[in-house]
Amino acid sequence: MSGPKTPTVEVRLPSRLGFEKVAMSTAAAVAKLMGFREDRIEDLKTAVAEACINAIEHGNRLNEKLSVGVVLSAGEDALEVKVIDDGKGMKTQPVKPDIDRKMHGEEDPRGMGMFLIQALVDEAEWVAGSNGKSSYVRLVIRLDKETD
Amino acid sequence: MQSETKSRVDQLTTPAGHAVAVLRFEGDIASTSKDAVLGTYQSLPKPATKLVLLDFTKVDYINSSGIALVIQLLIEASNASQKVYAFGLSAHFTKVFTMVGITKYAELFPNEQAALAAL
Repeated sequence: MSGPKTPTVEVRLPSRLGFEKVAMSTAAAVAKLMGFREDRIEDLKTAVAEACINAIEHGNRLNEKLSVGVVLSAGEDALEVKVIDDGKGMKTQPVKPDIDRKMHGEEDPRGMGMFLIQALVDEAEWVAGSNGKSSYVRLVIRLDKETD
Repeated sequence: MQSETKSRVDQLTTPAGHAVAVLRFEGDIASTSKDAVLGTYQSLPKPATKLVLLDFTKVDYINSSGIALVIQLLIEASNASQKVYAFGLSAHFTKVFTMVGITKYAELFPNEQAALAAL
């Protein structure tokens, strides 16, 4: 006998900057329903926003004919978020920003999105889609962090 | 879709008698905020400004592009031998600014009173 189906919420965003806030608000609402602590909801909001910005800018290259899919799956003890775009996927891994190098012009002041995502959630993985499409980032934030 | 960033400058004097330019931001700080963040900073009279205080009290959302603009401001201020401080960040963005290392170059204060008292 199968268990109860995991509640899932799906949002489809246009590839236009600013719409990441729609996904951010939706993720926050789901996390609140699940009982996440306020500070973890803030972590989730930033991680989801950055994942959507990457999908809009780098995955779909701001092509408004393409959309970004956001799938939130509310498990018993964790929330999984998949942010899906039509790009080829991230080739690089998150790198911790070096503020000294940035201040001395040796590193681009930008490029902190992936680092923030990885630092703010419990799991983050970037998966390249087959045929160079439907790549996604998968984030997991665990509910047991509430008792830390 | 991104909300416009508003900004204004107040010229204040600290209790210790130092002149400080307070840049007050309102709204989102994102990729569209270049004029509000860097433009407003660049409008300050350079020789007269030694202390710059960033007010984030009315900022709800800062993304990585917005953080990059703050870092660009810090680079320009460093090149002009100015010191930058900030106040009014939420607990979350205080954590984010600390994680990316901004606090090494801009000391954070909980509010304006605490910032002015320390300068």
